[in-house]
Amino acid sequence: MLSLALTSIVGTIIPQHKDPFVYFKAYGEFLYRVFNVFDFFDMYHSWWFQLMIVLLVLNIIVCSINRLSATWKVIFTKNPVFKLSRFQGGSDNERFAKNSPAKSLKNIYAEFLNKRFGYIRVEETSKGFTVFAEKWRWTLLGVYFVHISIVFLLAGALIGSMYGFDGYVRINEGESVNSINLGLGNKGKTRSIGFDIFCEDFDVSFYDSGMPKEFRSRLAIIENGKAVYKKDIVVNDPIRYKGINIFQSSYGLIKPEDVILKITSKKTGMVYEKKAVFGQEIVMPENTGFFVLIDYHNSYSFRGKALGETFFGKFVLSNGGSETVALPIRYPSFDKMRKGDIAIEVADYKKRYYTGLQVTKDPGVWVVYAGFIIMIAGCYITFFMPHQRLCIDVVKKGGQCEVMVAGSANKNKLGMQNKVKKISKKLSEL
Amino acid sequence: MNSSLLLSIITFVYGLAAVFYVASWSFKKHVMNRIGTWIALAGVIGNAAGIILRWIESYQTPGHYGHVPLSNLYESLVFFALTIAVIFLIVEKKYKTRIIGVFASPIAFLTMAYASLSPNVSDKIQPLMPALKSNWLIAHVIACFLGYAPFAISFGISIVYIFTVKKTYGNRERSFSAFLNPPMLEELNQQLIMFGFLFLTIGIITGAVWANSAWGRYWGWDPKETWSLITWFIYATVLHARMVRGWGGKKLHGFP
Repeated sequence: MLSLALTSIVGTIIPQHKDPFVYFKAYGEFLYRVFNVFDFFDMYHSWWFQLMIVLLVLNIIVCSINRLSATWKVIFTKNPVFKLSRFQGGSDNERFAKNSPAKSLKNIYAEFLNKRFGYIRVEETSKGFTVFAEKWRWTLLGVYFVHISIVFLLAGALIGSMYGFDGYVRINEGESVNSINLGLGNKGKTRSIGFDIFCEDFDVSFYDSGMPKEFRSRLAIIENGKAVYKKDIVVNDPIRYKGINIFQSSYGLIKPEDVILKITSKKTGMVYEKKAVFGQEIVMPENTGFFVLIDYHNSYSFRGKALGETFFGKFVLSNGGSETVALPIRYPSFDKMRKGDIAIEVADYKKRYYTGLQVTKDPGVWVVYAGFIIMIAGCYITFFMPHQRLCIDVVKKGGQCEVMVAGSANKNKLGMQNKVKKISKKLSEL
Repeated sequence: MNSSLLLSIITFVYGLAAVFYVASWSFKKHVMNRIGTWIALAGVIGNAAGIILRWIESYQTPGHYGHVPLSNLYESLVFFALTIAVIFLIVEKKYKTRIIGVFASPIAFLTMAYASLSPNVSDKIQPLMPALKSNWLIAHVIACFLGYAPFAISFGISIVYIFTVKKTYGNRERSFSAFLNPPMLEELNQQLIMFGFLFLTIGIITGAVWANSAWGRYWGWDPKETWSLITWFIYATVLHARMVRGWGGKKLHGFP
């Protein structure tokens, strides 16, 4: 268990699933080769890590069976063993004297304990009698619930990896797809999902601070040319259809064919509007040169600040030089920083989104969830339902009875002490 | 009065409680301990009021909808301090142990102080990002902090245990003081760890269920998940050492 914990740390320090080149740069050639042999870049899926998990689970199973076969008889006994001598020595035992005949006390005490404990037994002794009681003996099994739940988790994960899949697909607004790209470990493979996903619309809304508020895709499932299911999905509210889950994962703008540029001249203050098509040179006003729209990116970061959707162009100056121009949509005055003769901004373009969907199927998830529930129940039983044993020993002495109350529990011994005190107080008042 | 101001004041209330608790331990004066309890109780009420006030404020902030204040570092730390204070007061009452406040109240104070005073922790109310908009958020955060708080308190107990019990283990009768009773500390520590472990388990599980509803996978080996699993493994080892191997007493604190 500790070795799993230790090796897991490695995976949190070395970033996983990056480009080999990035690793090469960060660790140098030698370390890169060593790390690669041991699959450190995808260590949680490596053979040795998975082998350790399997060994741990095998260990749990074997140990559980071992211990269970030893304690089985103790747990499922019909006649639990009680030894008065075991209870007599306790320093926290409660004692009091009672002025009633032993016979009447016997009935009262037996009934009292019968209400509160699952099992009671009355035994006559040479000087009086003893009542033994116990409850929650079966909770000794609690720990095996926890262990079984871990087996459930592993089994569920195994079912998921054998019969499930995890993929990603990008759908343009107004288009549909019927296959997805499988993720890690299946590079480049696609998989048909048996129906079409149609994206009618995608919307993103922002808070005043510029933080995204909601991503919403209006999707339809299409089978045999008919829309059989429609739903708007947002993060945390996926489509679940025929065992396949569709999650909102990412989004972006589709590169438009052309944009409308607004050009402001520094010298004259005149404002011009021009349409720019990707790859086609346009003449800029006031004899300043030519401009070509060359690229578009959904995100662009400038000196560490994320500027969002940005167009890129090449500005060929009339004096022969050329400059790259970045035109972020959200910051229209960005190009003024270039301090050229003219400042360019994107005034208008056709906005069309694509939505990025995570598409998964995991038939093992219910086994895992069952494991979760068993684990929580098992932990609760193991930790907070102690196997409690109580003993009342009554000894006739002179005209009265001396009563001793003692208890033991396999955990929460402080709690049991308090309980013994309370029971003793109640018994003395009966 | 806004919630940030109220919570800053609560920082000093916890600080004062910590002073009384620690003083009561150093000078062996039970009265001071009693005063510490009342001050800590006042702190808890103020702390809870601050969280509720912040909840109301989040609805009044223009431009975004309200949400339960459990969404960023500041809000988490404030909630963490509350869980620590509530748990130690309950343990104090239930087990009639005066020592626990001595370790726990400084932790509550330091947590609040870090939240209120550190320049790295912003106390601004921020709107929720899309991934956090889920009822699992509330269940997950509450379960996690109900796990962390007992771990934090048990950490405090363990430190004092290691440094003081070495001297006192020989005379384990209550002669040393009513405060330190090694077998009781051990028992208390075990209770806290079991409580914390149960809620850490629930926290990880609610997190997994939430991840499955947000991204379609219940486990992705990301650093946060992995570290929570590492923590789980470590505490599971501690529990096995005690419950199966029966480590306790001298073996537990490591001094022969």
